[in-house]
Amino acid sequence: MTATPVIEAKNLDLTFQTADAPVHALRDVSLSIGKGEFVSFIGPSGCGKTTFLRCIAGLEEPTGGTLTVNGMSPDAARRARAYGYVFQAAGLYPWRTIGKNVALPLEIMGYSKQEQKERVDRTLDLVDLGGFASKFPWQLSGGMQQRASIARALAFDANILLMDEPFGALDEIVRDRLNEELLSLWARTGKTVGFVTHSIPEAVYLSTRIVVMSPRPGRITDVIESPLPAERPLDIRDSREFIEVAHRVRDGLRAGMEEDA
Amino acid sequence: MTAAPATTTPGPFRTAGRALRSTVGGTLPVLVVLAVIVGIWYAAVAPMNIRLALDQAERSGATVVPETPIARQEVSVWRLMAQNPDLVPQSYAQDRPRLPTPGQVAGELWATTGEMALEGRAMSRRSLIFHAWVTLRSTFWGFLLGTTLGIAGAIAIVYSRVVNLSLMPWAIISQTIPIVALAPMIIVLSAQVGIEGRGVPKAIISAYLCYFPVLVGMVKGLRSPGTAQLDLLKTYSASSLQSFWKLRLPSSVPYLFASLKIGIAAALVGTIVGELPTGAIRGLGARILIGDQFGTPLAIWAALFAAAILAGVLVTLLDVAQRATLKRMGMGR
Ligand SMILES: Nc1ncnc2c1ncn2[C@@H]1O[C@H](COP(=O)(O)OP(=O)(O)O)[C@@H](O)[C@H]1O
Ligand SMILES: [Mg+2]
Repeated sequence: MTATPVIEAKNLDLTFQTADAPVHALRDVSLSIGKGEFVSFIGPSGCGKTTFLRCIAGLEEPTGGTLTVNGMSPDAARRARAYGYVFQAAGLYPWRTIGKNVALPLEIMGYSKQEQKERVDRTLDLVDLGGFASKFPWQLSGGMQQRASIARALAFDANILLMDEPFGALDEIVRDRLNEELLSLWARTGKTVGFVTHSIPEAVYLSTRIVVMSPRPGRITDVIESPLPAERPLDIRDSREFIEVAHRVRDGLRAGMEEDA
Repeated sequence: MTAAPATTTPGPFRTAGRALRSTVGGTLPVLVVLAVIVGIWYAAVAPMNIRLALDQAERSGATVVPETPIARQEVSVWRLMAQNPDLVPQSYAQDRPRLPTPGQVAGELWATTGEMALEGRAMSRRSLIFHAWVTLRSTFWGFLLGTTLGIAGAIAIVYSRVVNLSLMPWAIISQTIPIVALAPMIIVLSAQVGIEGRGVPKAIISAYLCYFPVLVGMVKGLRSPGTAQLDLLKTYSASSLQSFWKLRLPSSVPYLFASLKIGIAAALVGTIVGELPTGAIRGLGARILIGDQFGTPLAIWAALFAAAILAGVLVTLLDVAQRATLKRMGMGR
């Protein structure tokens, strides 16, 4: 706990100036994320989960408070290629093969052809898409496309992985598989993960810490340390501990909603 | 209910059926429309040419009702046809008809293209192949110039707010000026600055019509990537040159081909308009004009059809190029 945090937000505020009324998307958000943590953000629509993740990524400029990533400003961290970002939609380029899609960040960052090939092969293996490098996106299912987009975020050496509802559009069976794979991937790579989700079981299953948020204005209402062991088979979801954590998350969400009403 | 098993029958029959259906499905409506057009055309020939036919019959001594051309002026073409049923077929056999029959046009077209080519005179002054070649050459240069300007303009507009605000209104205004008014001026002005012949001014007129659809289409295409796609590149800290080559340009390819198809047709029209002002003796536009001056409607119609066929061929070539390119890019399915 003495190590410097990878992501540190102090009293973060963000107000969007829109045509009609200003939108207070984040209020007084303080959070510290340590190296190798898996932190989920959960809360109803519009509570600022995406906005917070985008702030960390330097895609959005906070209007108040301080935010550091790897000890730098988010902008500097972005330029230093500190993170890989997985969007809700896979967003693969239809004119590139899967392999070429994964190579996109590598091309931009100027990796050699040789290195590109090695890394594409390695990351596609990591997400279980070994034989699909030469396929085009439309030839893959939604789940496979999302795996390819995760591979794209893993292809370069960022120590942070930011994921915004990456499995939101997928059916439950595929989602379970990908959750399991994501956990083992996290265990193997030791990356720090920020993960936005709508789903309580998903948040509890994946995270070392769960951040409960609530809207209008977007804020943190509860932070829950998971007591679950690092090794998590899918059926851990039937265990008493799991259900207790899920309860606490649900209570936190409900409390946020009532306060709001 | 009884039809259900048939539709689920797997195997070669179904595939063959589908292939057949799609071929027939593609060409049958086109053929029907073509047949209707030709039918209407044939039907229109009689009323259009009946006065000419009756004048001619009168001169050669046949009895015509009413007897004099002056008296006939007072009567509608429908009455004339009803009163002189025996002479109606003559409408279809005029040397200089108001409206030629499709057969006459086809005959003239063949006589001035295929037949001359077989005689080895494809490049003679009287051959439409020669004139089409002249028009095609100018169209090509105009198209090249127009697309280059259009694409360059689109890039400038997308990447510079100032250019967007200053260039776009002028581009739109440029298209509101009738090209027939502008064409003679361009020809006179380029002669004034010492440019010999019609080639260059024709290409300029052609480019003038061609650049606009390319510009508009490419602006749309280059702007087609959404914020999500641009954000992804931002997370990699991509330069704007990189986002141009890796995202904006490839995204714009389908738009590019759509604009190129409109652009080449516009370039052809521009060239023909550039061949119309007096003085031109070469090219399809000049053939149309000369046909008008010498009262040879068949020559006009043949030149018009040659132009239409040329346009069709050019657009089809671009369509083939589009399919091949999109397929290679993995976007054609
Ligand atoms: N670019 C923007 N401009 C204006 N308002 C925005 C913008 N982005 C998000 N918001 C608003 O900020 C609030 C939080 O949005 P968001 O972070 O997307 O929520 P979540 O991801 O939790 O659903 C919402 O009320 C949303 O409408
Ligand atoms: Mg969101």
